[in-house]
Amino acid sequence: MRRRVLPLYAALALAYLFLPVAVVILFSFNDNQGRFNFTWQGFTLKHWAGAFDVPAIFDSLLVSLRIAFFAALAATILGTLIALALVRYYFRGRSTTNLLLFLPMATPEVVLGSSLLAFFLTLRVATGFWTIVIAHIMFNISYVVVTVKARLTGFDRHLEEAAMDLYANEWQTFRKVTLPMIMPGVFAAFLLGFALSFDDFIITNFNSGATVTFPLYIWGAARVGVPPQVNVFGTAIFVITVSLMFVNLWAQRRRA
Amino acid sequence: MTTEAARRPPGWARWIRAKLGRRAVPYLLLIPGGLWLLAFYVIPVAQLAGVSLQEPLQAGNPQAGYELTWRWANYSDAFSDFSGQFYRSFLYAGVATIAALLIAYPLAYAIAFRGGRYKNLLLVLVLMPFLTPFLLRTLAWKVILADSGWVVEGMQSIGLLPSNGRLLATGWAVIAGITYNFLAFMTLPLYVSLEKIDPSLIEAANDLYASPATAFRKVTLPLSMPGVVAGTLLTFIPAAGDYINAQLLGNPQQFMIGNVIDSRFLRVLDYPTAAALSFTLMLVILALIIPYVRAAGTEELVA
Repeated sequence: MRRRVLPLYAALALAYLFLPVAVVILFSFNDNQGRFNFTWQGFTLKHWAGAFDVPAIFDSLLVSLRIAFFAALAATILGTLIALALVRYYFRGRSTTNLLLFLPMATPEVVLGSSLLAFFLTLRVATGFWTIVIAHIMFNISYVVVTVKARLTGFDRHLEEAAMDLYANEWQTFRKVTLPMIMPGVFAAFLLGFALSFDDFIITNFNSGATVTFPLYIWGAARVGVPPQVNVFGTAIFVITVSLMFVNLWAQRRRA
Repeated sequence: MTTEAARRPPGWARWIRAKLGRRAVPYLLLIPGGLWLLAFYVIPVAQLAGVSLQEPLQAGNPQAGYELTWRWANYSDAFSDFSGQFYRSFLYAGVATIAALLIAYPLAYAIAFRGGRYKNLLLVLVLMPFLTPFLLRTLAWKVILADSGWVVEGMQSIGLLPSNGRLLATGWAVIAGITYNFLAFMTLPLYVSLEKIDPSLIEAANDLYASPATAFRKVTLPLSMPGVVAGTLLTFIPAAGDYINAQLLGNPQQFMIGNVIDSRFLRVLDYPTAAALSFTLMLVILALIIPYVRAAGTEELVA
């Protein structure tokens, strides 16, 4: 009997975790009267059929995707370089670098967002798409470094030494041995940056100007009534990401 | 291609090597990212510190500009005006963090010690709900905790709530929202830490006549402490500055310091006060982190 307690608890905890997701999915089928979508009124497929009826939703989604792509790409490049430096070399200023990387993760998003806004205002830079990208790159770098570093530290250097023994110079070794081997970690870091950027609200809210990302749209709509099409897209995002994850897991199994 | 030619690095690399030496390589790798962080993190935050000590040139007119007058009174004014929101932020964040710890620890323990072959799958399941947007999850809680929803009605029938009681627009809804939204940040470090524990240590404790409870208290719990501390920090810090849960699940009586900063910055345009509030929040959080950094060293910070 006692052995059952833990798995039972885990099941309950997982149910708790999935409850809001279930609500989001369920209410994309809600036949709501009026502008609000808070009480269940009946099943309908019309929101799924009319998913693009509110163009602002899909536009904001595209904006979010573009921002996430640029931000994740830049942050991954910058962060991977830093991670390489931290793992492969001993240098003075290591502690400072670690601290500098840690601080953005420890700073509340309100401080990050508001300080950047004040900074842009001082420089008289108009806030908008690119200021959002800049802000996202900034907070993503630390997470990229953490992810790539984890992958790099377990890395077997013998392969690189073998390559050099076979007359490859350092640059060829890096290109043909090191880079392919850390690619999974780098890719994971890219995905993490993409996810963090896509979902970000607070920092984006401060620096967005007139640009509307998907979370910003939901925030704005929350007061006057969130159209159920938002639930439709939220569900779609969830289903797509989950499927991609399972495909990835399955592909890894086959490779192993 | 002779082996001799194959070994030579490209021209620009040789130039760097000749001019700056091999020891420059790590610094070169650091410069792009480091400059970015410097330009878009360090300088803005430093500037914010400056803003917090400024005063409007014309009272009540933010467009007229500010001057740096080292007005430390900004801090005391901000604190006294909004002390309620400050205390509330730390109270809600604290309670939510403890709740998250209590919920996540057994879950992480179950996956680490009983997961077996399904460990990775279970971990993925734990992370999956967080693939829906933050705001949508929080709005879903608004539905779940609605006045006519089954949670409230259930609690009313058991007597946990008075018959006209509600959960929304109370501190409990906000705390529940915060706890839920940051659960992943608590579960992952706990799991990583618990998973590293060698089960034979617990077996040894049992062999030495320890009851399961004692074995847990004296072996597992202390060994999982790094995970507990990491999870607590990763949950408390963003929770203290959060304002989405308060905005969507509460009313102005539950507003946290994040709500105030947001409105000061974006609506009232009272930059010095907003900056002072931001900084106070950050300093309090730093005060909590510094003992941890001292104990664990800076290498642990970035994994």
